Amino acid sequence: MAFKNEEDKKAYWRENLALMTKLLLIWFVVSFGFGILLVDLLNQIQLFGFKLGFWFAQQGAIYVFVALIFIYMYKMNQLDKRYGVDEE
Amino acid sequence: MDVQLLTFLIVGASFALYIAIAVWARAGSTQEFYVAGGGVHPIANGMATAADWMSAASFISMAGLISFMGYDGAVYLLGWTGGYVLLALCLAPYLRKFGKFTVPDFIGDRYYSQTARTVAVICAIFVCFTYVAGQMRGVGVVFSRFLEVDIVTGVVIGMAIVFFYTVLGGMKGITYTQVAQYCVLIFAYLVPAVFISIMVTGHVLPQTGFGASLADGSGVYLLEKLDGLSTQLGFNEYTSGTKGTFDVFCITAALMVGTAGLPHVIVRFFTVPKVRDARKSAGWALLFIAILYTTAPSIAAFARVNMIETINGPTVSEQAPTGTPYSEAPSWITNWEKTGLISWDDKNQDGKMFYSGDERNEMHVDRDIMVMANPEIANLPAWVIALVAAGGIAAALSTSAGLLLVISTSVSHDLLKRNLMPDISDRKELFYARLAAGIAIVIAGYFGVNPPGFVAQVVAFAFGLAASSFFPAIIMGIFMKRMNDKGAISGMLAGIGFTAAYIIYFKFINPAANVSQNWWFGVSPEGIGAIGMLVNFAVALVVFKMSKEAPAEIQQLVEDIRYPKGAGEASAH
Repeated sequence: MAFKNEEDKKAYWRENLALMTKLLLIWFVVSFGFGILLVDLLNQIQLFGFKLGFWFAQQGAIYVFVALIFIYMYKMNQLDKRYGVDEE
Repeated sequence: MDVQLLTFLIVGASFALYIAIAVWARAGSTQEFYVAGGGVHPIANGMATAADWMSAASFISMAGLISFMGYDGAVYLLGWTGGYVLLALCLAPYLRKFGKFTVPDFIGDRYYSQTARTVAVICAIFVCFTYVAGQMRGVGVVFSRFLEVDIVTGVVIGMAIVFFYTVLGGMKGITYTQVAQYCVLIFAYLVPAVFISIMVTGHVLPQTGFGASLADGSGVYLLEKLDGLSTQLGFNEYTSGTKGTFDVFCITAALMVGTAGLPHVIVRFFTVPKVRDARKSAGWALLFIAILYTTAPSIAAFARVNMIETINGPTVSEQAPTGTPYSEAPSWITNWEKTGLISWDDKNQDGKMFYSGDERNEMHVDRDIMVMANPEIANLPAWVIALVAAGGIAAALSTSAGLLLVISTSVSHDLLKRNLMPDISDRKELFYARLAAGIAIVIAGYFGVNPPGFVAQVVAFAFGLAASSFFPAIIMGIFMKRMNDKGAISGMLAGIGFTAAYIIYFKFINPAANVSQNWWFGVSPEGIGAIGMLVNFAVALVVFKMSKEAPAEIQQLVEDIRYPKGAGEASAH
């Protein structure tokens, strides 16, 4: 058993779920929130030649998606190390 | 050099490259054939995943679709990228830790049930065939337009190439060929986009050119101009949609969840060495996909302005243009007229073409030509046109190969080895895998030559099925360790049943009723998979409450896949 004890194991899983929930919340807000549900509201704001809601729907959300996965990767690697379950 | 000769050269060179890679990366064992030996570098795997994912539809059709849909095109852009976030955070690392070859493997073992495995195998095979028929057709179309061979010859050449490297190399051959195909297709997609962006707005990056002002010195923003043109011609404003908000929400959700549930995408994460590589690989895959997906909406907008101005004549003063005389039509119009994808009907007998969204319209322009004709519309050099042809073929071939592999694995591994003939040797299994791949290619080729009229219709089906069956079953399999076989199976059946019934009714039984007034809560058949997913979750939870929870050893297995290292390997296959 690589975990020191049962407590550690539970804590690792809890932290994993908390991180996942946080990132999925952002995922939902930028795509379904800004790009779809609030699109008309945000379209009243202009960003260069874009209406903001339209920009999120066709560009912005995708950039955020990419960032989310890399953040998850980075944070999880740290978590693995902290609990001594990283693969090397 | 003329376009056709250049196209032959560039496409021929790309084929030679794919075959060379296939010979270099032959598979020797089932482990190599199914998951490339599990030793692919995460960045290479990311590229291969991106090529696998971006099909002829992404490369050839998507920008065109967006060009005609405006804001509503966001359902594809968000749906086909957002699913990777779900994959990376909720599925890929755990499935990699589980360490088997296929999605039915996971479903069958996790829910300790041959019934569950069989349901999963049938869904996987159906989803993949749906997809692959469309790819072969894509190859045929590219060949017939650019090389002027007929569609049958085109499909046969495409089949032969795919056959060669799938049957020989399996996942290993496919993965390394897909890396090359990604490079070809992304280069081919970006070159014309950059050229056009510079011409229209003076920006090198299409992503910023999209929101820039026009290079003609008028100071008007590209999208502003497009909105103006659209309303003037009787279309909807480009930056606002026509679909209902809830429908857009459901379609996007169905495509996202469907993406995360598609077997040929999931299987890619079995090919990397470690759990952390699975996470990394998903990030790289989405980055490589995002390069094309953020360029596509820019191309859509540039192409639409270009097309309208070519057909209707440029807007010079306050006066609205009245059309370009047909006698002065540029050659791309007449070239594509031959394929039947553009047509002109001079309704008012003035000898001029006119394109609009109302009764003045005289043109029919097929959405699929926007990317292919784009270099010609923008007057780009011949080698760019040849490059686009090679890119379209690369996109179609890479996706077909990935799908065919899933079909062959499903047959040889899930159906034969794990079900009907558990005692066969590795060599025998490998032989059956190759045989199944060969047969699958022939069937796919047949559908490419004789496309059933319903190919476009069944795409909604593929995503709806994946969303309403696999996704909930896998998620509950990982995050609810007490979920049992009865709950999962009844959930899958209810989800699929509901989704299939809704789609079949509106697409096949009563297509005339397929209008928003008749849809439940205004959800179109394209978006119903999202509701089907909820049905699956709900039924599974209810049945679970009424039956015994999963046995202790299964709960232990689920425990194990949650941690990258520790409590032993999840499986010693």
